Amino acid sequence: MGPNKPVVMAVTNELTIMGLDDWVGQIGLRIAAGERVLTLFGRADGNNHVIATAVLQATHGRLAILRARALRTDSFDALTTRYPSVQMFERELWEQTGLTPVGHPWLKPVRYEADRQQTMHAHPFFSVRGEEIHEVGVGPIHASVIEPGHFRFMCHGEQVHHLELQFGYQHRGVEALLLKRPLLSLSSTVESIAGDSSIAYAWSHCAALEALSDTQVSMTTERVRGIALELERVAMHLSTLTGLATDIAFLQGGATYGRLRTAIINATMRLCGSRFGRGWLRPGGVRFGIDTKRRNDLLVTLADFSRDMAEINDLMLTSHSVQSRLKGIGTVSHQAAADIGLVGLSARASGVAIDMRSSLPGRLYESHPLALLTEETGDCWARMQLRMWEVEESVHWVTHLLDTPDLPLDDGEDSDDDLLTAIGPLWHDTLCISIREGFRGPVVQALETRADGQLVHYKVQDPSLVNWFGLTLAMRDSEISDFPICNKSFDLSYCGNDL
Amino acid sequence: MSTVTLLIHVVMMLTMPVLMVGWVNRTKSLWAGRRGPGLLQSGWDLLRLLHKQPVFSVVISPLFRAGAWVVLAASLLAALIAPMLGSAAPLQFSHDFIVFAYTLGLARLFLMLSALDVGSSFEGMGAAREAAFSTFIEPALFLLIGTACLATGQTSFASLIGHWHQAPDFPWLVAPAVAVLFVLLQAEAARVPVDDPLTHLELTMVHEVMILDHSGPELAAMQFAGAMKMTIYAGLIAALLNPFDVSTQPFAGVVASLLIMAGVAVAVGCVESLTARLRMPYVPYYLMGASVLAALCLGATTLLVVRT
Repeated sequence: MGPNKPVVMAVTNELTIMGLDDWVGQIGLRIAAGERVLTLFGRADGNNHVIATAVLQATHGRLAILRARALRTDSFDALTTRYPSVQMFERELWEQTGLTPVGHPWLKPVRYEADRQQTMHAHPFFSVRGEEIHEVGVGPIHASVIEPGHFRFMCHGEQVHHLELQFGYQHRGVEALLLKRPLLSLSSTVESIAGDSSIAYAWSHCAALEALSDTQVSMTTERVRGIALELERVAMHLSTLTGLATDIAFLQGGATYGRLRTAIINATMRLCGSRFGRGWLRPGGVRFGIDTKRRNDLLVTLADFSRDMAEINDLMLTSHSVQSRLKGIGTVSHQAAADIGLVGLSARASGVAIDMRSSLPGRLYESHPLALLTEETGDCWARMQLRMWEVEESVHWVTHLLDTPDLPLDDGEDSDDDLLTAIGPLWHDTLCISIREGFRGPVVQALETRADGQLVHYKVQDPSLVNWFGLTLAMRDSEISDFPICNKSFDLSYCGNDL
Repeated sequence: MSTVTLLIHVVMMLTMPVLMVGWVNRTKSLWAGRRGPGLLQSGWDLLRLLHKQPVFSVVISPLFRAGAWVVLAASLLAALIAPMLGSAAPLQFSHDFIVFAYTLGLARLFLMLSALDVGSSFEGMGAAREAAFSTFIEPALFLLIGTACLATGQTSFASLIGHWHQAPDFPWLVAPAVAVLFVLLQAEAARVPVDDPLTHLELTMVHEVMILDHSGPELAAMQFAGAMKMTIYAGLIAALLNPFDVSTQPFAGVVASLLIMAGVAVAVGCVESLTARLRMPYVPYYLMGASVLAALCLGATTLLVVRT
């Protein structure tokens, strides 16, 4: 059996196709038994039918795929009423296929795709009434360079009773676009779905195509990809820490984390020619290995980095003004995080121990495990601290790989591995789910092929899709002036949500 | 006070706002490991804004157009009354400190009204915060002036600041008095930890959000007025700490005053570099702390005056 792999495949003809109610019932039973819904989506099947797919993960990590076929006008009893963690999936399913989750408490389009674009006014915001209640609308155009999204606050003075989020302003039709372009030129598109997670997206995409074409990549390739992903994680956590420090007007933190991030992304550029790792990973391998010269260069960079990072972390963590500003702000309790199905770092900061690198380690993380880090308090402070610890752990992990000479990282003399092999045609009638833990959480991509081996469906799911609701809960009964630091502490993607 | 020193006062109040902002920013840059912009950068920024054509919201009333200029005029008037060089000021009359306080109050009123005039929810929140915070900080100024009145028996702002250092209890009152003035400066000039002049986050802003809809010359007026308030309070601190009397040793006095004001700017910059901003609910406590400190000064002075 081996370790749980972050890729799962199924021949679509052999999958049990359930009826809609049966499917919903099965999912409900599995959630009740402690499984998590990793993703849930549908696609059109002919003119009148819909194929719905759910991917669940058991507590020990293994993945299960459940399928159903229904008429597009069908409806089912919403699972959300019992299991709030699927609320966003049901909304998306309804928007993309027309299947109606009856009794869903807040059935609004996620991103107002296609012909729904013009009907935003038909779905008013949740309103709180009262003499002294006032509404504050922020966005979709913001004062800074952040992406477009609308935040509607229901406030009583400075206190927020409710926050509703509305996205979709960046909807680019990614999933449709991925079906239009030639298969082997998809990588650059996938890398720009959420540009700050290029490597996580590229890896998950490459792993899916490699599985579908039965291509074995070498362990060297896996290691280089692992290093790429951790460098991205370090850079993006630093970006968030910069933002957090700036937002609380802690000047030294802002200046230093920003400078350290530059060191990391410049190191990434020296490795592959792009500061964001674009073009590094391609189906069949990686375009650049790490030779001895670059290996030593990166080791020096990381050693310098660790020293400065420890110093600035210490300054942040011991500053009373920083503690007072972040502790107890924007708390998401363990229970709430589990109930709404938070994933990735936001979940771990609330004490939910989930990390795909641990539960679905595959070959790479089986031989080189990373520690699963959590925090308990679930506030902005916890999310900030966890980012610091994850940076330390990633740097430690990368340093270990670089420091071990008998682990080859390029196709030089001491290695027989090819870094880039051509991938063949894809299996026909196959569904492949590929998952990689990016810096926000699991990036899930589901690819399905037809009888002729062409893609029939490409589903992309960013961890932000479910995690945005965590921000809503964090803001309940908080001060409206704390919203920016709460938002920054989650640091979720707008375009990843909007696709 | 000679015409020359009065002229110096006017020149100082017109040029120091630019330099004060320059010094604060330079200090912050050095802490952040950068060289930072030139000391006169905010002056160039103001000139640039003066050449721009302002953009007005379609919903505004004439109040909004007047707002920035009333704020600027009121701040200039207050700067003429504030005895930045010690025992004299260009405008000086009995109980002028009340005019001083409420001239600044008038500036604040017009700032808030022009913020409310554009009907934005952000600016409304900013105005509400400004109104609340000014309520907490207003007692500090009056209690401090009351202390000085009691200690010196003078009735005009300039003479009571100028004579305070002759009072027997001055040596141990000067530290709390400077502390109170420093908090007043942070509150009035919208500096960290009360406000953050650099933030781009509308929901956390106080002063900055109220001038979001101002542009061009109006924005320049608002920014100059803000820097002017910082200059006024730094000038008052300088007047208290100045070891020279400007009327007898004008050169040494003016130089010392400038150096102390620069020191205040550096202190403001250091606070902004080394601490994070306060949580919004804690700001009133910080401001009330200054008022309480001023009340303690008044109480202590009262006891001393009664005893002697």
